[in-house]
Amino acid sequence: MIPLQYYLVLSATMFLIGAAGVVARRNAIIVFLSIELMLNSVNLTLVAFSSFLGDVTGQMLAFFVMTVAAAEAAIGLAIVIALFRRKQTVNLDEINILKW
Amino acid sequence: MMQLAPYIVLFPLLGFLVNGLFGWKHRNEKLIGIIGSGAVGIPFLIACTIFFQMLGRDESARKLIINLFTWIATSTGSTSSFSVPIAFQIDQLSILMTLIVTGVGFLIHVYSIGYMHGDEGFWRFFAYLNLFIFAMLNLVLADNFLLMFLGWEGVGLCSYLLIGFWYDRKFDVGGYTPGTTYTGDAAKKAFIVNRIGDFGFILGALLIFKQFGSLNFDTVFSGASLLSSDSSTMIWISLLLFVGATGKSAQIPLFVWLPDAMAGPTPVSALIHAATMVTAGVYMVARCSVLYALAPTTMMVVATIGALTAIVAATIGLVQNDIKKVLAYSTVSQLGYMFLALGVGAFTAGIFHVMTHAFFKALLFLGSGAVIHAMHDEQNIQKMGGLNKYMPITSKTFLIGAVAIAGIPPFAGFFSKDEILFKAFTSEHGSMVFWLVGIFGAAMTAFYMFRLVFLTFFGNERFSTKSGDHHHASPHEAPKTMTVPLMILAGLSVVGGFVGIPHLSAIEHWLDPVFSSATIKLMEAEPDGWMLEAALTIISVAIAGAGIYLAKKIYLDDPRAADANATHFAKMYRLLLNKYFVDEAYDSMVVAPIVKTSELFLWKGFDNGVIDGAVNGLGRVIAFCSQWLRRIQTGVAQSYALVFVGGILFILSFLIFS
Repeated sequence: MIPLQYYLVLSATMFLIGAAGVVARRNAIIVFLSIELMLNSVNLTLVAFSSFLGDVTGQMLAFFVMTVAAAEAAIGLAIVIALFRRKQTVNLDEINILKW
Repeated sequence: MMQLAPYIVLFPLLGFLVNGLFGWKHRNEKLIGIIGSGAVGIPFLIACTIFFQMLGRDESARKLIINLFTWIATSTGSTSSFSVPIAFQIDQLSILMTLIVTGVGFLIHVYSIGYMHGDEGFWRFFAYLNLFIFAMLNLVLADNFLLMFLGWEGVGLCSYLLIGFWYDRKFDVGGYTPGTTYTGDAAKKAFIVNRIGDFGFILGALLIFKQFGSLNFDTVFSGASLLSSDSSTMIWISLLLFVGATGKSAQIPLFVWLPDAMAGPTPVSALIHAATMVTAGVYMVARCSVLYALAPTTMMVVATIGALTAIVAATIGLVQNDIKKVLAYSTVSQLGYMFLALGVGAFTAGIFHVMTHAFFKALLFLGSGAVIHAMHDEQNIQKMGGLNKYMPITSKTFLIGAVAIAGIPPFAGFFSKDEILFKAFTSEHGSMVFWLVGIFGAAMTAFYMFRLVFLTFFGNERFSTKSGDHHHASPHEAPKTMTVPLMILAGLSVVGGFVGIPHLSAIEHWLDPVFSSATIKLMEAEPDGWMLEAALTIISVAIAGAGIYLAKKIYLDDPRAADANATHFAKMYRLLLNKYFVDEAYDSMVVAPIVKTSELFLWKGFDNGVIDGAVNGLGRVIAFCSQWLRRIQTGVAQSYALVFVGGILFILSFLIFS
């Protein structure tokens, strides 16, 4: 069997890549993509532990996470569409009305 | 009956409150006048009944202390407790002063009804007058130094309020006096110079408390009788109290406020600056006679300053052209005589002169008020003359007052002034120098008073009756409310001196118990024989007569002689007309440096620099910091997310590595 640490390291790496994407990318759609990446990395962790510990709770929680991810993606993209209709751009750097 | 004494003080206070709170509403002059005068008249009646009751009693049973309530009650440990009650002391001296204050005060209140008729602030005037009487009565009836100081300060306050009564009026100053162009300036000057004296008074009172452990008169004076003479503490106490007296009673060096105080209405000048407030210093020194008897050095200082003031003020009064200024300097001069008396140990003579001076000086001031009224606010005597024809009552009463102040027998001033001069000559603390100064001053008093009389009421008419004016064509006599007080005061000036006939002196017997401990300490030898006294009396009367004759020659017989004299003695004339430039000296030596220092260091340096700098600087620091910190708000959601990440990392590292 593949040792647990490999899964954990992979999922951590995916999470960090996702976080970096959220913080550093300009395009709003790419930011959402990165958010999905982070959520999926968490899913991977949950499932790995569930298989390792023989407990099904992890897989249950993974279902919840997937549901929430879907709902959140829908709302988030709705916001992006509303934003695009206003500002004609999805470049997050240009959305700074709350700037000092 | 003596139990009613607190009502003497209560009625003026009530008058002040009623007129002050309601007077501005109804503006009924008759009602305000009745309330105001009644508030002083009723205390006068009460004081009279108390006086007659005291007369019927034995000499030792004439004193009463009435304790109202405790004002300050603190106990500083078990050994000394500083407790000050509101308590009144009725004794021979205080009842005499009360009679003077309420009696003359009542006449002046009645006079004011006529004088202030039609004035916008009629109600305010009577309210302030009543407040003044209240404070003055507190002063003379007080049983301890602190209550006396309350009255002391109160009369100073009322003096300020009343001098500046016409607060929007410009005030014409004779000579060159920098800074005084509004009545408000004169009022401020009076109050500030008073305060300088009050500082001395406070220091003296503190020293008294330190020495005797109490501020109560009885305690202090009985404790003082046990002390030895001429200790430095006693010298300091008496000297500091005297500084307070110089401020209040306009002696050298703090007399400069009194002539400018003539900016106020004439009844104010009569009441406050002739009869009552300025005598507060004399009363205080007389009340503390024991303390002064224990400090012969201070008595010498008091007598010297009194004599000096008497002469200097008389010389200034010789050439003044404003009718009220002449009377003001005359007041300063006569106060000098009172202090001369106190300084040589003749306490009774000093108080006697207070009484007679109140009569004739109030009379003179009220008479001058009638003249000013008739001349439609003209105060320059060079523009008057021949008013006897138009104002016979005023003229005659004024003449009586002038004769009284000149010291011609049998009028009031003769007895009191003569007593002072005699005591100055014979007392161990006096000397011939004092007597000579006094005689010279008496000659000048007679001269300038009759100069005033001749220039104002007799001789050629030098006033113009301007046609086209809405004023009357010629001066008219004052109304009854003004002339009746004049006549009463004139009567008092004639007979008031008879209580002090030498060797029969009723007033001496009356006041003896009050000053007995002081006179014992002074160990005066009673001069025997009447030859010396008679000789001195004849000399003083002759000198006074000579002064009157000289005034008649110059101002009545040959009007141009005065101008000839002025040009002949030009330098001297200029010096006297400008009051020895004392005001200018004070201004350059004291006032200007203080103003400059305040401007430079306190205003620009401290207020603008330090305080404003600190407050504004704090604002600037905060603004600077916020300029910096606001850059966190980029408005871009991702930078906020970055902060999230940073925070999470921080907490994680904290959890892992702790």
